[in-house]
Amino acid sequence: MFNVQDIRKDFPILSRKVNGKPLVYFDNAATSQTPQQVIDVIVDYYTNYNANIHRGVHTLSQEATDLYEQARQKVQTHFNAKFSHEIILTSGTTHSINLVANGFSSLLKKGDEIIVSALEHHSNIVPWQMLCERTGAVLKVIPMNEDGELVMNDFNNLLSKNTKLVFVNHISNALGTINPIAYIIEKAHQVGAAVLIDGAQACPHIKPDVQALDVDFYVASAHKMCGPTGVGMLYGKEAWLNKLPPYQGGGEMIAEVTFEKTTYAGLPHKFEAGTPNIAGGVAFGAAIDYINNIGFDTIAAYENDLLDYATEKLLAIEGLKIYGTSKNKTSVISFNLENIHPYDIGTILDKLGIAVRTGHHCAQPIMDFYRIPGTVRASFSFYNTKEEIDALVEGVKKAKMMLS
Amino acid sequence: MTIEDIQNEIIDEFSMFDDWEERYQYMIDLGKDLPLIDDQYKTESNIIKGCQSKVWVHAEMKGDKITFTADSDAIITKGIIAILIRAFSDQHPKDIIDANTDFIDKIGLKEHLSPTRANGLVSMVKQLKMYAIAYQTQLN
Repeated sequence: MFNVQDIRKDFPILSRKVNGKPLVYFDNAATSQTPQQVIDVIVDYYTNYNANIHRGVHTLSQEATDLYEQARQKVQTHFNAKFSHEIILTSGTTHSINLVANGFSSLLKKGDEIIVSALEHHSNIVPWQMLCERTGAVLKVIPMNEDGELVMNDFNNLLSKNTKLVFVNHISNALGTINPIAYIIEKAHQVGAAVLIDGAQACPHIKPDVQALDVDFYVASAHKMCGPTGVGMLYGKEAWLNKLPPYQGGGEMIAEVTFEKTTYAGLPHKFEAGTPNIAGGVAFGAAIDYINNIGFDTIAAYENDLLDYATEKLLAIEGLKIYGTSKNKTSVISFNLENIHPYDIGTILDKLGIAVRTGHHCAQPIMDFYRIPGTVRASFSFYNTKEEIDALVEGVKKAKMMLS
Repeated sequence: MTIEDIQNEIIDEFSMFDDWEERYQYMIDLGKDLPLIDDQYKTESNIIKGCQSKVWVHAEMKGDKITFTADSDAIITKGIIAILIRAFSDQHPKDIIDANTDFIDKIGLKEHLSPTRANGLVSMVKQLKMYAIAYQTQLN
């Protein structure tokens, strides 16, 4: 039985104060908080196992390697990849995307097309623009509508035999819209294009099945799913990962090195040059265990309830407008008060101990679409409560009073 | 009045307040009295980089003193820049260059001084001083 007060005890940071007020943490879409169970794993790793992996004959190194590889298997199981070597452990989503973008630079030629969506984070736009500059490929954009949903008719019209890669986030970080990725993958495959899905925002809320989706690449970050920062994953179908060239050169990624020629290691090591974030990887595995113990159905039901509650309460404030009104969205509310800059609201809320994100959320094209400088974004997690939402609503009312 | 005198005056005014709410409310009110920049100067090149909200600043030499005008799309930012301009406007370039900005800390707005803070108070101070350096060079 899910009891939020019990869950909150797992997160030591939730009992701290900010500006003399109890912390209300509503910036979960930027990074999630870390439960004691995951913190303990990091401490335990450095206390008992710290060593370099994949190369030592000594016991510590072998134990550390086992822990790291077990974490990879946990990631594999969680995302339902066919093989553990289809899971590349990276420093995070941005690293994973750049790894794929870099790999595609040797596969694309002038006139090829890459499709991205209008709902992307800058980290999902810039690598593809750079790739297009290098290869002469053309970037096409799936437009969005007023509700913050991608327009699928337009997507279908963009697809052609020139489409080589489609790149869409599973869930929009700025608006919370859940994109119809199963449909997008199916349609892209019909023209022979590969699909990369950015699951950074989705993975705290949804458990993706990469085989059922038949997706070619799927990427995510540990720190948005109760894990540490600086670690993430790239899932790639074995055939694709074999086709892509290595991203970085260094130790760990080689089979044999002479000054004439180096042969690369097999998967996944080909893409894991240098000493990785070992403690982070192990803790990523622990975070996956933690959220699976609560269960994604339980999390979704609870967070949807929070979303409905917060939406209703916030909309009752006169002059408040919510951006991203798709029926298919996760527990993210992006909003503005009429004639008030989001930065001002965020500053007042911070004085009240309430952490929200303000600004363009690294998604300037979305802000341009709505012709606004940015929004206030409150994003809820399974450890948040309705009482905290009440505090947010009161905070927004106070901000409105002070700023009008 | 010297920059230091004005800063002390501002510190005195803020010392009357007991809590952050009153301080912020006062700052917001000061923002409403900000000497507004003429629309012709609201250009891309007059925007101060490093602020989450937009801040425009214009500097003009009147005699041997610099007059600043500014604007922002966020009201708290407007208040901060109003406080800065009140201290720095109608002063000699050299005095602006030499002025320190400790008073921001002393009026209980220390949090805005952090260089990582997105409001860019640090960028604003830097920009005002850059204007002063530019005009000082001309005077020499």
